[in-house]
Amino acid sequence: MWRRTVPIMITFIVGTVLVVAEFIPHKPFGNLGEDFSLYFDIIAVFAFILGGGNLCRVHFSKVYRKKTDWQFSIVTLLGFFVMLAAGLFKIGNPEGIQGDVTAAGSLFADLYDSMFTPLQGTMYALLAFFVASASYRAFRAKNIDASILLIAAFVILLGRTPAPSLIADFFAGAGITFMATAFNFVPTLTDWIMDVPNLAGQRAILIGIALGVISMALRLILGVERTYLGSDSK
Amino acid sequence: MANDEKNNRGLLDRLQFIDRRYIFIFIALAVIIPLLLGLRFEEKPSPIVLALYDKVDNMPPGSRLLMSFDYGPTTAPEIQPMVDVILRHACLRGLKVYLMAVWATGQSLTVQTVEDVLIPEFPDYEYGIDYINLGYKAGNQGLIRVIVDDMKRMYSTDANGTDIEQVPMMKQVESLKDMDLIVSFGGGFPGIKEWILFAGDPGAIPIGGACTAVSAPQLYPYYPNQMVGLLGGIKGAAEYESHVLDRYPDSFKTKPTPGMNMMVAQMVAHIVIMLFIVFGNVMYFMYRGKERKLAMEK
Amino acid sequence: MNPKTIKLIIFIVILTSIVLSVYFVSMDRDSIREGIFVTSAAFLTLFIMSFLYKDNPYYKFAEHLFVGVSAAYWMTMGFWGTMMPNLVAKLWPGAVRGVLPALAEKDASYWFVIPLFLGLVLLMRLSPKGGWISRWALAFIVGTTAGLNLIRYLRSDFIAQVNNTIIPLVDKTEAGISFWGSFSNIFVFIGVLCGLIYFFFSKEHKGFFGGAARIGILVLMLTFGAGFGYTVMARISLLAGRMTYLFGDWLGLIN
Repeated sequence: MWRRTVPIMITFIVGTVLVVAEFIPHKPFGNLGEDFSLYFDIIAVFAFILGGGNLCRVHFSKVYRKKTDWQFSIVTLLGFFVMLAAGLFKIGNPEGIQGDVTAAGSLFADLYDSMFTPLQGTMYALLAFFVASASYRAFRAKNIDASILLIAAFVILLGRTPAPSLIADFFAGAGITFMATAFNFVPTLTDWIMDVPNLAGQRAILIGIALGVISMALRLILGVERTYLGSDSK
Repeated sequence: MANDEKNNRGLLDRLQFIDRRYIFIFIALAVIIPLLLGLRFEEKPSPIVLALYDKVDNMPPGSRLLMSFDYGPTTAPEIQPMVDVILRHACLRGLKVYLMAVWATGQSLTVQTVEDVLIPEFPDYEYGIDYINLGYKAGNQGLIRVIVDDMKRMYSTDANGTDIEQVPMMKQVESLKDMDLIVSFGGGFPGIKEWILFAGDPGAIPIGGACTAVSAPQLYPYYPNQMVGLLGGIKGAAEYESHVLDRYPDSFKTKPTPGMNMMVAQMVAHIVIMLFIVFGNVMYFMYRGKERKLAMEK
Repeated sequence: MNPKTIKLIIFIVILTSIVLSVYFVSMDRDSIREGIFVTSAAFLTLFIMSFLYKDNPYYKFAEHLFVGVSAAYWMTMGFWGTMMPNLVAKLWPGAVRGVLPALAEKDASYWFVIPLFLGLVLLMRLSPKGGWISRWALAFIVGTTAGLNLIRYLRSDFIAQVNNTIIPLVDKTEAGISFWGSFSNIFVFIGVLCGLIYFFFSKEHKGFFGGAARIGILVLMLTFGAGFGYTVMARISLLAGRMTYLFGDWLGLIN
């Protein structure tokens, strides 16, 4: 009962109230709907703490048991506690403990700029190299479908840069007007691909996803879908 | 003859399965060299970018613009130029600017933007009267769901801890419905899509977007009925910068244009990747032809 | 050469470069603090990029540091942004007098004991025995997400999108009928319909249905092609951003 029925009831009540509040935005549903959303926002913060707690548990255990690369876990824990202390105690904050935690000049802001930003930014920047490598190795025009994909990609890659107008100017200077016209048309074609075929495809995907989300939400609210409760939920 | 073919196939093999680090070097050079050269070209705004520009440009002075910083350092190189140029445009037009973040990483970037752009370039803009930093709140779409009806339930203070009731520019604001335009800067979750779903559509509030190129194609179905305009990736930023420079040359000629500056590197890198794809396909078909020929000979 | 010696040489080179960088940046900007932080950002960027050559201890160092720093960043932002003003200040206004004096005199609202309870229950997940009770908080999160999403997706991503697709197939302008506009409108209508048919697997893709699904695939291929182009664009921008930092902010070669 406590492990299965209560959570299913909570999901049902909360989900139903929020749905009803959309249609009857008056007391008690309107207020309850807003309250539940507000509580949700607050509980989300506990999820951050849970994440931090879990991180400490995993890495302390790794260090304690001297598992492979345990030395790097010390780096993780050091980074975690230094950043946490800088933020929670607002160390070096020009406005003191009452100021904005991210205020310029605070240790928290400096660590954000000198560690968080380069680390997170570069992790994603690496993808440029892997996209290029994958394009060379895997992007093959093996059939009509792949060829269409390739052509659309080429038009977008070219059309979303100043290249077409530069090339068109070159051809116009050389007196090859039809090529100049063709390259001048690339940005228009790019806009058309985005506004028409891309729009149609994305809209079909969007409608498909919406139907999926709606049915999943219904399954959750009605208690049909219980996998989020874990293995002993049946 | 057989030896020649074997050598030929060996070369094809090597090119087909070339060490990816050579490709990495090409990409790095394709980006670094144009950046060092510092070239810049004019950009013609596409209709979807122009639509957002026109919306901001046609708002009467004193109108309320909410800018939501829904991004982090990962996508800042793409998004920050859009934030800077729209903020400059808004301040030039005399709009009241409300800054907030649905992403935790957004609050640090909000402070940086205020320090780098707003304070030095618009000294007449007064905190609490012309602009406010509401800061970050957790809750993703749950947050938007609450503030679309009642802003002060979540924002009891601004980012500096000041009582929201004491801030002059918040006195007339009860909910997001009091905003004349909301522009979400981001692309991930929560982002422009959540702003449309949970604020724009239910509250009939105009929503504009400035997002990463990755997420731009997914947002086209919302334009123009559910979203007033969209800046997609660095190209969108460059188009907006170029257009605003064209319309307000006196105010913008000395301002940085990071979007336009990055477009040449972007162009060269795109061309290099296209050449890689073409070359990869040529190698592939030559390799496949040889394979078939060898199989037939056997 | 002995691999250990090579590793030692690399370490000494990196250490010397860091010291030199701190020195020169500090001199350039007249601030040791800036020298340290700018150098830290530059070398952490290089450490992550070193993964392109191969996995190495410097990359692992940066990667592990990233994990710790990010978790703490999110916790701090949640604590100061939401937990203090929206939970602690609501339950015990007097308790925040030292950090948020603006809220210290407000009335308490004891309904906020509900999110406090659910939040604490969520943390029980860390406990080896009482983890099951965290399901209550999880159930609340799942219920809220489902309730919020159900109507909003139905309205904005289903009804509104169907509505946006029902457009005049013949595009009439002041100058007459626009061929290109009409073609585009028809393309959108048929494209969406065929795309949806392709996603519909309850009926076998044969005959007319199969033909429509085939058109759907072609439309989706154009969509994915556009998506690929935009993805490349995004990734290159991010790389250009980091390079601008290295060659501009750090080395001062880009204005």
